[in-house]
Amino acid sequence: MKIAVCVKRVPDTEARIKVGGDGKSIEESGVKFVLNPFDEYAVEEALKLKEAAGGGEIVVISLGTDANQETMRTALAMGADKGILLKAEVTAPDSLAVAKALAAELKAGEYDLVLFGKLAVDDGCHAVGPMVAELMELPCVSSISSLEIADGKGTAEREIEGGIEVVEFSLPAILTTEKGLNEPRYPALKGIMMAKKKPLETKEVTLEGSGVELTALAYPPERKEGRIVGEGPDAVPALVDALKNEAKVL
Amino acid sequence: MAAILAVLEQRNGEVKRVSHEVLSAARSLADGMGVEVHALVIGPGGTNVDGLGAFGADKVLVAADDSLQLYQAHRYAYIAASAAGDCSAVLIAGTSMGRDLGPRIAARMGAPYFNDVKSLEGSGEISITRPMYSGKAIATVKITASPCVLSVPPNAFAPVEAGKAGAVEEVAVPEAVEPARATTVNVKEPETAVLDVSESAIVVSGGRGIKEESDFKVVEELAAALNGAVGASRAVVDNGWRSHSEQVGQTGKTVSPNLYIALGISGAIQHLAGMRGSKVIVAVNKDPDAPIFKVADYGIVGDVMEVAPRLTEEVKKLSEG
Repeated sequence: MKIAVCVKRVPDTEARIKVGGDGKSIEESGVKFVLNPFDEYAVEEALKLKEAAGGGEIVVISLGTDANQETMRTALAMGADKGILLKAEVTAPDSLAVAKALAAELKAGEYDLVLFGKLAVDDGCHAVGPMVAELMELPCVSSISSLEIADGKGTAEREIEGGIEVVEFSLPAILTTEKGLNEPRYPALKGIMMAKKKPLETKEVTLEGSGVELTALAYPPERKEGRIVGEGPDAVPALVDALKNEAKVL
Repeated sequence: MAAILAVLEQRNGEVKRVSHEVLSAARSLADGMGVEVHALVIGPGGTNVDGLGAFGADKVLVAADDSLQLYQAHRYAYIAASAAGDCSAVLIAGTSMGRDLGPRIAARMGAPYFNDVKSLEGSGEISITRPMYSGKAIATVKITASPCVLSVPPNAFAPVEAGKAGAVEEVAVPEAVEPARATTVNVKEPETAVLDVSESAIVVSGGRGIKEESDFKVVEELAAALNGAVGASRAVVDNGWRSHSEQVGQTGKTVSPNLYIALGISGAIQHLAGMRGSKVIVAVNKDPDAPIFKVADYGIVGDVMEVAPRLTEEVKKLSEG
């Protein structure tokens, strides 16, 4: 089975975000960038499928600048076989532009399965996987928390409000992964050493913008200062009173 | 002029409340542009579409067929993109269905797409605001393309009575879109219905301040007394005490309920990112310096195991009284 995993380089979730001088982007210096946490589940699932099948190839694909190579090496260190960097400058979040560029590359690769994290923790767009699926006319299940594949067919589960949707699909297919699907492995030292020698190809791509422009990035409005109602259980009546009569939420 | 299409959501043939919010968001945008709001409901035969005019639909398009009872992604996307025709914008709720369907409709229409839209305005070009970095920053985006597809999170737009006609019009349901390669075969529902943390108006979350798995019941009991949903911090989910579907934060869900009660949650930056958009925040923590108190409107310094049961008791008194 030939599997593609599309990954993104994002600021660590622990990172403090500082708006840059241009008021449109973040200050990158001092920020640690990592493999998008949801993409780790996608990489892990691909590795599990390859191990279960006893063979196959896992290609990591990422769109961005040369800095993405480090992120891709993390996936290679986990066990993916090779990488393709689609080199492009992405400014505003433009899911459709990214999806079009990825779809073109994925079409050429003739993969049996394409995996994405369900969203990237930077722009939180939650969109590229299903978009690529529609552009490629492939079946797609997003935000999966369970997966079984056998004989060219698959069954995936996805959490919905108050239930779990069970979806059957045929391969080739596109899946996006949710936390809980698996436990991503940590790259072992041997994997990290080997990753340095794994092939990582770079291709220049030109994005076709879809008519969006990020005009400002700002901090969220400060919450107005709250107050400590009191200490211990004896403070509860005062709290309930405030919630009922002041905040009017009870 | 091109209308705004509001793609609504039904469960078991009833339109969900969150769809009224979508209609109201569509209405406010449409009023600014001087155009109509068309609502689209895809569902089983007999789906109840009464009263959608009251929330702002000038026209209600119904694609009803029993094969559409469950969310069938590819078919729903095809129907919605066809119904969108020359609409200038398509709005949908940021539910598990909307987050999957929205981008599909956009891709089919060749239109830009944004989720988590917190505000939107404009008469020609539409300008939106939405969180980035899970709420650590807010972006303003100008959309110069038309049409566009936008998804709005639950609880961001209040349903507003608008008193429009809501004339119902059946739309043709295409035969199964070929190739039909993915089919939702079943929805497994728990024996007792659970409120979803991202949709509920009240959320009670528990964190590391709760020392034993069995003690988490104080969170459940308070949530039940308030008719709210249970949430959890990442630490509690990573411990395996609670399902990931309840996790609030950057690798969980972003919530914006009317009332968020954090029990024994210190307020790690990635948790705050997921809940700071809540309207009223209450924190109970024994450490007076915990970061959660920086975002809380009301705080009690104390042991969760003592404060939470008392709070449950007082809330019950209130609802009985």
